[in-house]
Amino acid sequence: MTDETIEKSAKKNISNRKLKDRIVLGFIWFCSFITIASLIWLIAYIVYKGFPELSLDYIFNNNSGKKLQIFSTIFGSNNEQKGIFQFILNTIYIVILSITISAPIGISAAVYLIEYSKPGPVVNVIRFTTETLAGIPSIIYGLFGFIVFVTMLHMKFSVMAGSLTLSIMVLPTIIRATEEALKCVPDSFREGSLALGATKLITIVKLILPSAIPGIITAVILSIGRIVGETAAVYFTAGYGLNAVDGVFDSARTLSVHLFYMAKEGLSIEQSYATGSVLLVIIIVINFTTNIISKKFTKKYT
Amino acid sequence: MEEKTAMTYKLKSKTKIIDDEYIINKKENKKIPEKIIEAILFGCAAISVLSVAVITIFIFYRGVPAIIEIGLFDFILEKTWRPLNGEFGILAMIIASIIGSFGAIAIGGLIGIFTSVFLAEIAPKFLLVIFKPAIELLAGIPSVVYGFFALVVIVPIIDDLFGGGGNSLLAVIIVLAVMILPTIINISEVSIKAVPREYKEGSLALGASHIETIFKVILPAAKSGILASVVLGFGRAVGETMAVILVCGNTVQIPNSIFDRVRTMTANIALEMSYAHGLHQEALFATGVILFTFIMLINLALNLIVRRVGEV
Repeated sequence: MTDETIEKSAKKNISNRKLKDRIVLGFIWFCSFITIASLIWLIAYIVYKGFPELSLDYIFNNNSGKKLQIFSTIFGSNNEQKGIFQFILNTIYIVILSITISAPIGISAAVYLIEYSKPGPVVNVIRFTTETLAGIPSIIYGLFGFIVFVTMLHMKFSVMAGSLTLSIMVLPTIIRATEEALKCVPDSFREGSLALGATKLITIVKLILPSAIPGIITAVILSIGRIVGETAAVYFTAGYGLNAVDGVFDSARTLSVHLFYMAKEGLSIEQSYATGSVLLVIIIVINFTTNIISKKFTKKYT
Repeated sequence: MEEKTAMTYKLKSKTKIIDDEYIINKKENKKIPEKIIEAILFGCAAISVLSVAVITIFIFYRGVPAIIEIGLFDFILEKTWRPLNGEFGILAMIIASIIGSFGAIAIGGLIGIFTSVFLAEIAPKFLLVIFKPAIELLAGIPSVVYGFFALVVIVPIIDDLFGGGGNSLLAVIIVLAVMILPTIINISEVSIKAVPREYKEGSLALGASHIETIFKVILPAAKSGILASVVLGFGRAVGETMAVILVCGNTVQIPNSIFDRVRTMTANIALEMSYAHGLHQEALFATGVILFTFIMLINLALNLIVRRVGEV
């Protein structure tokens, strides 16, 4: 082979490689574009179709069809299915109850794992089961809640059964996010406090937890998002009663369940769009808030 | 005089000992509430162990009797599901669940891994600012909203293009593929970023292009993490219920093509639970047992992969 042919084949090789790179790079851009496009498409479509259906009447009407007059009419019970206000209330009700149960447990568990636990089989088991809990699909939670809370403990389809089930479901979310927040608190805080003679408990209560508050709030908001969006687990535990609840042992339909029910039965496509867009707005607001809080939090310590 | 100083010295040392004892005692007393609090915190941490145990026990307790009554092999290897005639075979649903999830992994995995490469290696900064929150949002959107979107958008498109109503295995695959994207992207991105810089520098120094470095050096080095993301995504896809119900068509049959209507295991439980009773209801719990076993196996596989990553 002469030098010339070698040079030629080398040049060809390089141009081939460059072409290949270009194609692959194009494909990478294409895939990322699909990811973003599907998100934008979904949100834009549902919001575009849903917002014209939305009116203050729709959001703030309960089933009685009358406009909301302070709280006296919230608990109306007529099955005209005009408004979604009672479903919003039900959702808030379930969110508050679930968080009240799971937040103290989850935060305590995270404090134990980060501040007290020593590496060993016990901690490994706790971590493994937390991971497992996070991996269990919501329908299994629904079945479990149905078997234990609804039938065995005779709670029937109720806010209580739903909240208990959901609070187990969001436990891994709270534990993990709180753990991350506690890890962010610098060790110098702990050392300083202990060196000044404070006990471990005082250090945790007066110093570490307050510094980790933004992270803990993020954890709670994240789990609120999961509860608001959850359908399968609520469907089988809180049921799909149409009315605003009077107490924790009433059946309650949340916004997500309402959307599912509407879409599944093909009852009203307009109302589905409207409910879907309300759900989306809630989720977007929740995401936005967590982002802001966690950004501020990480800035503080890094 | 000397004697006196010696006395005071002795006295002082004695009081010091008493003081020390007092302090130690006080410390011990102080420690008791701390111990109690620690025990309470441990109890809270143990709740996740308890929950997994209780969930497992009760799902099996209510599901296994039906499996015994129907017969394990009749249950998972028969393809006819006619609860009213007492025929309970979930083979068609197991197949639908598996094909649906594999299809979702094939599409979502490919797009997700490429997107994670984009985020970790290629994307300019101003795009990252848009992509990061967008992917978080993608993860936060409720499954029922995905299902509804697929029902009103994807299903009609499939119907227009291929006919047959649109409720099909293909619709299931598409909606699941989008839903598992955030899982795959996030975990893959973390593992790609964890690859040591020196690998990349070495490869670039040897004359490989950026793209060649990504596919021949970085991705192979990150493969355990990427595999973990795919397995996790698979688990998500198998367990997804509400989005699937809305688009799958819910006909119990072994699909011949991706345009056939199907019913997954999760859909079967959710669809019939509201009115089933007796053996029918138990058969649904039994479907839950099979699903749960699936998920547990996937979790176990995931754990093994992650542990291996930890060793490397």
